[in-house]
Amino acid sequence: MAFLDIFKYKTFEHGIHLKDSKDRTCDQAIRRLPFSPILIVPLSQHFGKPAKSIVRKGQEVVRGEVIAQSDGFMSVPIHAPASGKIKEIELFPTARGPKTESIVIETWAGASQRLGQTEANNISQMSREELIQAVQNTGMVGLGGAGFPTHVKLSVPEGYSIDTLVVNGCECEPYLTTDHRLMLEHPQELLQGINMLMKTLGAKQAIIGIEDNKMDAINAIKNQLSGFESIHVKVVKTHYPQGSEKLLIKVLLGREVPSGGFPYQVGVVVQNIATLRQLGVLLPNNQGLIERVITVTGPGVKKPGNYLVPLGTPIRFLLDYVGFSGTANHLILGGPMMGSTVSSLDVPITKPVSGLLVFNEQSVEKETGEIYPCIKCARCVEACPMFLNPSMLGQLAAKREYESMQEDYNLMDCFECGCCSYVCPSNIPLVQYFRISKSVMRERAVSQ
Amino acid sequence: MIELRTSPHVKGTLSLPQIMRHVVYALLPICAFAVYQFGLSALALLIVVTLSCVLTELLFNRLASKNTTIHDNSAYITGILLALTLPPGFPLWMGAVAGFVAIALGKSLFGGIGFNPFNPALMGRAFVQAAFPVAITSWTPAAMNDRFSQFIPSSLSFPFALPSVNDAISEATPLALHKFEATTTSFNHLFFGFSSGSLGETSSLLIMLCGAYLILRGMMGWRIPAAILLSSAVLSGLFYLVDNSQYPSPIFMLTSGGLMLGALFMATDPVSAPVTLKGMWVFGFLIGILTIIIRLFGGLPEGIMYAILLANASVPLIEAVTQPRKFGWLSNRDEK
Repeated sequence: MAFLDIFKYKTFEHGIHLKDSKDRTCDQAIRRLPFSPILIVPLSQHFGKPAKSIVRKGQEVVRGEVIAQSDGFMSVPIHAPASGKIKEIELFPTARGPKTESIVIETWAGASQRLGQTEANNISQMSREELIQAVQNTGMVGLGGAGFPTHVKLSVPEGYSIDTLVVNGCECEPYLTTDHRLMLEHPQELLQGINMLMKTLGAKQAIIGIEDNKMDAINAIKNQLSGFESIHVKVVKTHYPQGSEKLLIKVLLGREVPSGGFPYQVGVVVQNIATLRQLGVLLPNNQGLIERVITVTGPGVKKPGNYLVPLGTPIRFLLDYVGFSGTANHLILGGPMMGSTVSSLDVPITKPVSGLLVFNEQSVEKETGEIYPCIKCARCVEACPMFLNPSMLGQLAAKREYESMQEDYNLMDCFECGCCSYVCPSNIPLVQYFRISKSVMRERAVSQ
Repeated sequence: MIELRTSPHVKGTLSLPQIMRHVVYALLPICAFAVYQFGLSALALLIVVTLSCVLTELLFNRLASKNTTIHDNSAYITGILLALTLPPGFPLWMGAVAGFVAIALGKSLFGGIGFNPFNPALMGRAFVQAAFPVAITSWTPAAMNDRFSQFIPSSLSFPFALPSVNDAISEATPLALHKFEATTTSFNHLFFGFSSGSLGETSSLLIMLCGAYLILRGMMGWRIPAAILLSSAVLSGLFYLVDNSQYPSPIFMLTSGGLMLGALFMATDPVSAPVTLKGMWVFGFLIGILTIIIRLFGGLPEGIMYAILLANASVPLIEAVTQPRKFGWLSNRDEK
């Protein structure tokens, strides 16, 4: 049977097959992490304008209370992840690199940490506009890693209509198992969330795309499907980077999102599992996003697992809790292919962070190697899911011919999935080249 | 101490020196068979040419004040491949010259590995073909009795002296026999490799097996060899159908001469081949067609070398017209 599965499930062209390294955590049930004595809550945890703080130093806050308001449409509010006292509002390092303004909460030791009272939403009575507003009020952003405000994705520009909500259950990054566990443990909440968003979008159907290395999750959802006639589960072959919006739409629906365009242009909105399941809980109760599930694993971790972590928990506290061995010197927020390393143990867990990977010296050493010239072996060309020519792009980047990269070789289609760098036998840091080239081109566009 | 790195944080395991090492491994059985067939002279030629290539690379590393690039293993491949294209009795000093030219003019002057527009081994071979036309067309029969006890006389000829070509032991290659004397060598001889010819162009079966190893290990692309074999078989097949008394059969074409070695080990040099997937097919077809045309209508019995070099020269053009299709440019643009 397993042999035949290779032919049974679809996937996209190009891309790479990765060792998924999920065995250590995929059977670990989600466990709650204790509250850290100090929570560092950055005002900018999302794509868009930072939220505006409405608390001051010394003020006492209740868990779930709004502590920062959204600043316009491209912004979301932030809620207190724990009851406690505002210690300070200061600049702190974040996962993205630069320091940003953060609210520091001293949690009350021994407090019950009960959620503050909220007035429940009556979903069935609400209009689309009210639903979008309610989604913004939850402070929800894409929990898969992008951190794009969810309500913005739901506000489809006029002239476009959405027929399908695609639910991204691929979790194609190695090591990460949060979506896997959420599908297994909370399928009902997930389906509720999907239903609410279908209503918000006016979509006729929803398709949950799940990779075939998560058969238990697939069955868990299928068992709960009665009563949800317009929600379908589609199994796809495990392949990286299938979790990319454009590729998943192509696999599930055969539609190709235009270059530089958005999924709504082909009648689709994509949301990931964690986002939808969380909305399924928050939306009816009109609560805010104050915690999330992350996978903590990697060769340097003693107690790997899937933890429910209050937002703002410093990595230091998390690492002390799970224990790490040896010289854990390579900390990654997110997956190993697209995640970023952190510069300080004070960096807090924020809304888009889906995992914390700890690699130690031995595992790091293997990745690095001498850089050789490009031998044009075309492995990157065969791997690029966007059908770019990374070999050519890399040579142009070395010569700093950024205009040619953008105009002749579609540099801006690159979403930095890392396939080209992964396969390159010459160890050329292609993705890093492209990241620099893209930011140079963006800066030029702004300054002109 | 926390280290900052950029994604991706995991890396595939295949590295450049590793790929090159496996190409050397894949060439070793072909070398062993050449030594079995042609004896001491073949062994000495292989060693001299490879050594010449490696020393030349070292010399140019030194001249360019660069770190040594020997450990990427590509100079060994150039040396072995070049030796495999030479006749067994080729004077050793000429072999050394060929190795020097291959690395110096074919590779180092362009900037070393990754920058050579032409296959270095074939550059060396083309040079000696022009410089020493007699020596490079003097073939000795395979499996001579005394091959392990003494050298073929021409092997040891003194530098810059004209080699003593011993007509008594020279024999024409199957392609030359067909072209100039209209005699066809049997398939079995060609397939299993008991005909005269260059060191590595005799057993097409062995070459195919070695190439298949590399392709299955993911160390070598399959598109270019497939395109060459397909196009040369189809084109020679067409001529054979038109007039089978004048033109040889496609099977003869595929198994004779250097076509198999060229298709599997020369044309697949990634540096001098296109990087685009469609381009690889175009490149392969071009080589196949040129080879057959040169063999059938040219003044030389063999054409694969010039076919590959000409195709190498057209790579920039091929790449320009075969860039991959852009994702998101299907006709359903703005579909609602």
